Amino acid sequence: MTAALDTGTALGKPIRRKEDAHLLHGQTNWTDNIQLPGTVHMAILRSPMAHAKITKLDVSGALKQTGVVAAYGAKELGDLNGGVPCVWPVTDDIKMPAFPALAIDKVRQVGDCVAVVLATSAAAAVDALDSIEVSYEQLPAVTDMEAALKSGSALVHDEIETNACYVYKMPCGDYAASRAKADVVLARRFINQRLIPTFMEPRSVVAAPMGMSDEITIWSSTQIPHVLRVLLALVTGIPENNIRVVAPDVGGGFGGKLQMYREEILVTNLAKKLGRPVKWTETRSENMVATHHGRDQIQDIEIAATKDGKILGLKVTLLANMGAYLQIITPGIPLLGMFMYPAIYKMDSYDFTCTGVFTNKTPTDAYRGAGRPEATYVIERIIDELAAEIGMEPMELRKKNWITHDEFPFTTVAGLTYDTGNYEAATEKALAMFDYDGLRAEQARRRASGDPVQLGIGISTYTEMCGLAPSRTLGALKYVAGGWEHCTVRALPTGKIEVVTGTSPHGQGHETAWSQIASSILGVPVEDIEVIHSDTGRAPYGMDTYGSRSLAVGGQAIKAASERLVEKARVIAAHQLECSASDLEFINGTFQVKGDPSKSQALGAVAFEAFTAHNLPAGVEPTLQAEATIDPADFSFPHGTHLAAMEVDTETGQVKLRKYVCVDDVGMQVNPMIVEGQVHGGVAQGIAQALFEGAEYDDDGNLLTASLADYLIPSAADLPSFDTGTTVTPSTTHPLGTKGVGEAGTIASTPAIINGIVDALRHLGVTDVAMPASPQTVWRTIQAAKGGAK
Amino acid sequence: MIPVEFEYVKVTTIDQAIAALKSGGEDAKIISGGQSLLPVLRLRMAEPSVLVDCGGIDEMLGVRDDGGSITIGAATTHHGVMNNPLVQKHALLLAQATATVADPAIRHRGTTGGALAHADPAGDVPAAALALNASFVIAGPSGRRTVDAKDFFLDYFTTAVGPDEILVSFSIPKCDWGSHYSKFSRTAQAWAIVGVAAVVNVKGGVIKEARIGLTNMAPTAVRASTVEAALVGASSAADITAAAMHAADGTRATSDLHAKADYREHLARVITARAVRAAAGI
Amino acid sequence: MAHITVTVDGTSYNGEVEPRKLLVHWLREDIGRVGTVVGCDTSNCGACTVLLNGRSVKSCSVLAVQADGCEVTTIQGLSDGNEWHPVQTAFKECHGLQCGYCTPGMVMAAVDLLSENPTPSEREIREGLEGNLCRCTGYHNIVKSVSYAADLMSAGPTKGAK
Repeated sequence: MTAALDTGTALGKPIRRKEDAHLLHGQTNWTDNIQLPGTVHMAILRSPMAHAKITKLDVSGALKQTGVVAAYGAKELGDLNGGVPCVWPVTDDIKMPAFPALAIDKVRQVGDCVAVVLATSAAAAVDALDSIEVSYEQLPAVTDMEAALKSGSALVHDEIETNACYVYKMPCGDYAASRAKADVVLARRFINQRLIPTFMEPRSVVAAPMGMSDEITIWSSTQIPHVLRVLLALVTGIPENNIRVVAPDVGGGFGGKLQMYREEILVTNLAKKLGRPVKWTETRSENMVATHHGRDQIQDIEIAATKDGKILGLKVTLLANMGAYLQIITPGIPLLGMFMYPAIYKMDSYDFTCTGVFTNKTPTDAYRGAGRPEATYVIERIIDELAAEIGMEPMELRKKNWITHDEFPFTTVAGLTYDTGNYEAATEKALAMFDYDGLRAEQARRRASGDPVQLGIGISTYTEMCGLAPSRTLGALKYVAGGWEHCTVRALPTGKIEVVTGTSPHGQGHETAWSQIASSILGVPVEDIEVIHSDTGRAPYGMDTYGSRSLAVGGQAIKAASERLVEKARVIAAHQLECSASDLEFINGTFQVKGDPSKSQALGAVAFEAFTAHNLPAGVEPTLQAEATIDPADFSFPHGTHLAAMEVDTETGQVKLRKYVCVDDVGMQVNPMIVEGQVHGGVAQGIAQALFEGAEYDDDGNLLTASLADYLIPSAADLPSFDTGTTVTPSTTHPLGTKGVGEAGTIASTPAIINGIVDALRHLGVTDVAMPASPQTVWRTIQAAKGGAK
Repeated sequence: MIPVEFEYVKVTTIDQAIAALKSGGEDAKIISGGQSLLPVLRLRMAEPSVLVDCGGIDEMLGVRDDGGSITIGAATTHHGVMNNPLVQKHALLLAQATATVADPAIRHRGTTGGALAHADPAGDVPAAALALNASFVIAGPSGRRTVDAKDFFLDYFTTAVGPDEILVSFSIPKCDWGSHYSKFSRTAQAWAIVGVAAVVNVKGGVIKEARIGLTNMAPTAVRASTVEAALVGASSAADITAAAMHAADGTRATSDLHAKADYREHLARVITARAVRAAAGI
Repeated sequence: MAHITVTVDGTSYNGEVEPRKLLVHWLREDIGRVGTVVGCDTSNCGACTVLLNGRSVKSCSVLAVQADGCEVTTIQGLSDGNEWHPVQTAFKECHGLQCGYCTPGMVMAAVDLLSENPTPSEREIREGLEGNLCRCTGYHNIVKSVSYAADLMSAGPTKGAK
């Protein structure tokens, strides 16, 4: 099987990206580039404390400063101090405290917005912050989730009288029975540390009331212009049909821009109030505290198995850190992982419980993988530990328990039906690329010789669910939106094609890939197709880009709309060619009368006829366009096998990733070059969680890793090149056979790295290494295993 | 973010610089490459009233051969220093340490003299300057004076250069010993958790003399004198490892986000042994 | 305010600036060269990298007044009109960018790297780019791009042109 969907078309080809020309020449349109006449710049006074009463706030001093146009605290802002919405109340009794854009009376996280200044220059606005008088009465900060749940803990939100946001349970099968039958019951606690998305383009928002009309245009560096438009209408009261949201060039998101932020509410409301453009661009320092974080779960897992390695059941108990407030889908993130703990393995029972906990930290929400990396980390770690416990080779244990390729479609213990997969094929290919046996032999040699540098092999045989999502399923999970996607395809009179998509790319190459899909159906060259996106004025319908959904769901809409357009064109062409529609074949963009190729009409010519409308068949409306709004039949389930060779310097704790091999099965590939790029970037982010990143707080709730000098994201010098490969097992629930690739690498790589480090050190008695596996952490782990615990 | 407002004075002579510092008062600061200062200004962790730009003073630029020593103008960039043939020939350790500072773009702009005068305990070049027995020419209202490396680094971000003074240049006695700078950090662009700067005089496979500077093991860069003494006569890896066990003696390592003091002390011992072995070729 | 004259991408600009104005803000706000971007405030990310008198610097860590009398080359001045610089060609050919935000700095850092070392090894490329952070590509294809650009440039100007 090849990666190509159809070798005769643009599909499946590594076409170089349309997006690149402007990005490589600096001809870009980042939100911060927008400089409208009369713009006032917003600067934000943020809380330096994690938890405090605001005992005094007087913004009047700021008003006296040069260039200052206005200044507001919550009191001055009044009704314009909109609340940040959460659209995923996961349980009926979830606690959903208010989240005003500007804090009222109390601050609950470092970085909470306390007041804003608007001035004619960004410098003047920042300068005037010093003239705001503010004082706080510090309150005890809630920073530890377990302590937060004990009675007597300080409360993040007094009015809800608890720090527990919700408790969600999903019992599947009879775990107690599985446990009773088991020869081995292994329980472990893992910490999935807090991460900061750290997209490279800081957020930026510009809102401009447009002259005489009531329209307001908001440019925002967001992943979700369409969702943002709906939410802004709901929060600000501005009629939705007067709001236009544009996401211009957007510099990465990784879930961090899947959000409606308080700054977007403030900028919109203040532009409306002041009647002039308002602009705000965050600094990186602001970004670290004010852009939502990801992960941050305490994960207790228990696995029950027979002594010969048959998994019987799994019990997962999570504490999930919500942070100080609920943002757009904060409570739901652990639930996106909930279904994936059983992963690729067959078992009788699975018991899941998650408690959401409020703390005085930055809110958490989606970060690349959103719930699934947390799940995959834990299951792939415990599989290795179970293998060690029963003395079985870790890959053998996986093979013994995974769903075999002839068992699909397979309904898992968690209730998902995986349509297709071939774990054997991906694993076999990865093992061959990796030289698994050779590295195992080297590992044995190093162990025998007591080499200070030990070698470990890390395995991760993952699957994930993407293609968010069947709307019905989302509804059942109490998610207050659908998961459909829209596309309109227009054939213009000059023969050019417009593909209007509801997805909103920020690095994924949709302009190129969507053109390839449309080209393959319409027979029009890729360069004659323009993809229109990320502007609710030009592409009004859509659910945007996150959760590896754009191709899996949006791709279906492009396919369906393109096919509908061809069918409409066929009727017109048949009329022009004086034959019946069924007599026409559509080949390479041209309708031909079967058996008489001399009688033909190209799609462009049909489009012109539809435009002039001089000679259309009865009942056919002018113009040639078609639309499709598609709700996916199911999730899709990419999978793969990732292998990492880890060298650990036992004298210093320094870890080196020597070799990384991954074979991913993301189904059919529209553009394998883009697929490979997504895998590289995803793998790097997962490795970064394992080795480098972690948002650290002190006991007072201060973020210690508050800049890129302390929050370590890897540079080129810190990573190797990756050996990537693919297998192709097409999805059967998605018409293009595609699955999705945006998050796969991140989901897969983290456990591969940590499994590799533990594997290198297991003979020393090491059974776990906390993330990030910094040299100090690894060294201390070795010392503790040796009995020299510190 | 945006720095606070300040005045900017560009000077072309040392005398102008001293006069500008004097008239600027206590909130006046010197800028040259500005690679340490600019981030601090942007975060508003420093709010100077006047910046005196000394990047254009001819006397402070370039490297010259003074016979027994080489002299490096304080405003010579890291890039200029590490690629200078005189430095590479006579003070290789300095070139090795400078090459680990930050990244290429910062080394194009940042100055080695500035890094020495800034005296960040985690900075890489002070340890090399100590190990190379550098001496520093400081100019002030009352003229010029020369300070030896051992008396130059006083405390956190504090050197013998007074608030009304300026570092003009520093000199390094020519050194043809084996040398190595070993930097231990979490990522390539992160600050050193520990750094070890070693120069070793090896004759006939035996260490005759060694000088070792440590980065980030105290409020300033420090010499590992006990190790230096213990290395005399060492001729094997085992000898060196044994001597290096004293690397943390007398240091005052601190604890921070990336390492606690005991781990730093451990690392100092391991990295010192490795750096000395690399320098000595043993 | 101070008066400065700076040549940017071949054109001479002069004007009054506050001494506190960063070179990158002057480029973006005062003369409209918005191709160069800001990604952090601690000089870690390198998104703002430009050439100052021919050498890479982080334009967020240079004051505009310090650039007085200097020549600045940004991503917008790297090639002329429809001509592509070999590094630009290579980044497209090797898929060395995704969101494109680090790209202006990454490309300028690569141009500087290749000017000093026309035939870098993979290790030298990785270390040469250590001051430029990318969150999308995992650097794999950036490294490939720089290597490919080195090949294009050693093959002479005709092969490098698009």
